[in-house]
Amino acid sequence: MSPLKIVAPAGTPAALEAAVAAGADAVYLGFRDQTNARNFPGLNFDRDELAAAVATAHAAGSAVYLAVNTYPEAGDPGPWRRAIDDAVALGADALILADIGLLDYACRRHPGMRLHLSVQAAASSAPAIRLYHEAFGVRRVVLPRVLTVARIAELNAAIPVETEVFAFGGLCVMAEGRCQLSAYVTGRSPNRDGVCSPASHVRYETRDNWLVTRVGAVTVDAFSPGEAAGYPTLCKGRFAVAGGGPGYLFEEPTSLDVGGLLPALMKAGVTAIKIEGRQRGRAYVGRVTKAFRRAVDSAAAGGPVPPLALDDVTEGGRATTGAYARAWR
Amino acid sequence: MSARLTLGPVLYHWPGAERDDFYARIADEAAIDTVYLGEVVCAKRLPIVGEATERAAARLGRAGKAVVASTLALVMDEGDLAALAEVADGEGLVEANDVAALARLAGRPHVVGPFVNAYNEATLAWLAANGASRVVLPAELAATAIATLAAAAPVEIEVQVFGRLPLALSARCYHARAHGLAKDGCRFVCGENREGLVATTLDGTPFVAVNGTQTLSVPLLEASAEIGALAEAGVGWFRLWPQALDMVAVATVYRDLLDRRIEAEAAHSRIAAIAGDRPLGRGLAFGHEGRSEGWLARAE
Repeated sequence: MSPLKIVAPAGTPAALEAAVAAGADAVYLGFRDQTNARNFPGLNFDRDELAAAVATAHAAGSAVYLAVNTYPEAGDPGPWRRAIDDAVALGADALILADIGLLDYACRRHPGMRLHLSVQAAASSAPAIRLYHEAFGVRRVVLPRVLTVARIAELNAAIPVETEVFAFGGLCVMAEGRCQLSAYVTGRSPNRDGVCSPASHVRYETRDNWLVTRVGAVTVDAFSPGEAAGYPTLCKGRFAVAGGGPGYLFEEPTSLDVGGLLPALMKAGVTAIKIEGRQRGRAYVGRVTKAFRRAVDSAAAGGPVPPLALDDVTEGGRATTGAYARAWR
Repeated sequence: MSARLTLGPVLYHWPGAERDDFYARIADEAAIDTVYLGEVVCAKRLPIVGEATERAAARLGRAGKAVVASTLALVMDEGDLAALAEVADGEGLVEANDVAALARLAGRPHVVGPFVNAYNEATLAWLAANGASRVVLPAELAATAIATLAAAAPVEIEVQVFGRLPLALSARCYHARAHGLAKDGCRFVCGENREGLVATTLDGTPFVAVNGTQTLSVPLLEASAEIGALAEAGVGWFRLWPQALDMVAVATVYRDLLDRRIEAEAAHSRIAAIAGDRPLGRGLAFGHEGRSEGWLARAE
C-alpha cells in the first residue's frame, strides 16, 4: 500500500525547516494576515518567506500548501485574492480554501492550480464534497473531525477526490467553520479574523490561590495550585448546568492522536494525514512529524505501528482518537 | 415591496401537541408572511416531529402563509442524506442549510439558510447562479457588510433579528453529555427544556444554551434598533427565531416597526416586556464598534 502522505504545520520558517527535515511530504502555512485561520501574532509568512519556504521544501522533495481559509469580507476581497495570486506566482503546490466565492475566483483565475478544500468549509458528506469538485475542481478535501473511520471509508468510495484527515494535535469539537462562539464572546472569529478565543482577550487571574482563566467576560476555567492550566479556548472550559456541578460541557481537554489507527486509515483510502499546530514551535513540529514518518513508513511496509511516544506534548497530557473510533457516541 | 417578516424553524425539541398549538396561533393571528418548517438540528428527532411539521404546513398554507421546508444543518451520514432528500425533493420552496443540499437544489429556486457560509459578493453570485433566490446571512456579519451585500445582491437578503442566536453545531450531543448519556442512547433529554439548557460559568454567569447538538446564545437577539437602516440598505426579509413566549405579540411589534407605526425605542420596550426576565442583546452583527468585545458582554 502506498504510504499516507504527512502534511505538517509551519507557523515560521524554522518550523518549516524542521518539518521538511523530519520527512514531511507537504507543509502547510499561511500569509501573515487575516486571510488564514491561524492569524496569531508572530506567526506566518510574508511573500519573501514563502518564496524561500518553497525553495527549501522543493529542494527536499516536499510540497508547500498555502491556506487562504478565512471568509473574505464583503466589499474587500482584495487581500484574499492577492494571497491566492501571490501563492501561485511564488510556486506554492496547492491552495487550501474554504469560501465558495474564493474557490470560484481561484479556479477561474488559475485553472491549473491544485485546490484543496479546507476543513473550515465543513464538507461532511459525499454530495457536498462532489459539489466542490464539480464546481471548482477541488482535488482534495480536508475532512471535518466529526467522522468515524468506517464513514471515511464509505466517503472515499463515493467521491472522486483525495481525502486528508487530522491525525494529531488540537481538536475542534464543533463543526469547523460553523462556530460563532468566539465571535459571541470576543467579537473576533475564526471565519472572519482567523482567530478563536484570541490571546488579546485572554486574562489570567489569581483568586484564593486558584488560577482563573477568562476570555472576554467569560470565566472559562479555574485551576487549583499545581494543576496544569490549559489555554482557555471557549469550548474547552468548565461550565455547569442546572442540577449538576461544573464540568467540561463540550469536551475534555484532550489532544487528537490517531497513531494506532494509521493502518485503518490507509485501508479506508485516506491520502494524507494532517498534523495540527501552526502555532507550535520548531521542536514540536519536528518531533511529531518524525514520529509520524516512522509510523507511516512502518505501516506502509505492513509492519507494526511503533508507539508515537508523544504523550508529553498532548494537550492536558491526554490523547483521544476523536470521532474516528466513535468513543463519544 | 414592503419588508417581509419570517419565522425560522423551531430549533428546540418541542412535542407535537405543543407545535400544533404554536402554529395554529401563528396561522390565525401572527403578522408573519413566511414560515420555515422542519427539523434543522438533529436527525434523531425527525420521526418524532415529522407529522407535526406536516400538520403545521397544511395549517399555515390554509391561512395563506408561505411555507419553506428547511433541511438539516449538519449532514453527515446516510440517514441525514435520506432526510435531506425527502425535504429537498418536495414540491415547495426549500431552505438549504448544508452544502449537501445546495447540490440537490441546483438549478431550482431555493433559499440558502443561515447555516451555510455566505460572507461576500462572490459567494452570493455563485449561490444565485446555482439557483438561490434568497440568502439568509450568517449571524456574525457586521451591519456594514450586510448593507454592502444588500445594496447589489443578485438575490433577496434575509437577516436574523429576534431570538436566541444559533452559535455552533456539532456531531456530538452536549445535551445528552450533560445528562451523562451517550448520543445513541440520549432518551431525547433535549425535549426537557423549552429553550435549551443554560450552562453557566464557574462564577455563575449564564454562558450558552445547549440544544442537543446545537449551541445557542443566552440573550435573545433583539435588533429593532438596526431594522430601519437594514431595510434602507435593501434587506427585504427579517427573521424571528421561535422562542417559548408569545411569538404573535413579538411579530406584531416587528411588523409595527417595519410599517413605521412605532419607533425603534418603543419596539425595544415592548419586546423587553414580552421577553420578561430573558436578557436581550443587539446581536453579533450589530453594535460592537471595532469588534473589541463580543456581544455577551453587552447584553442587557
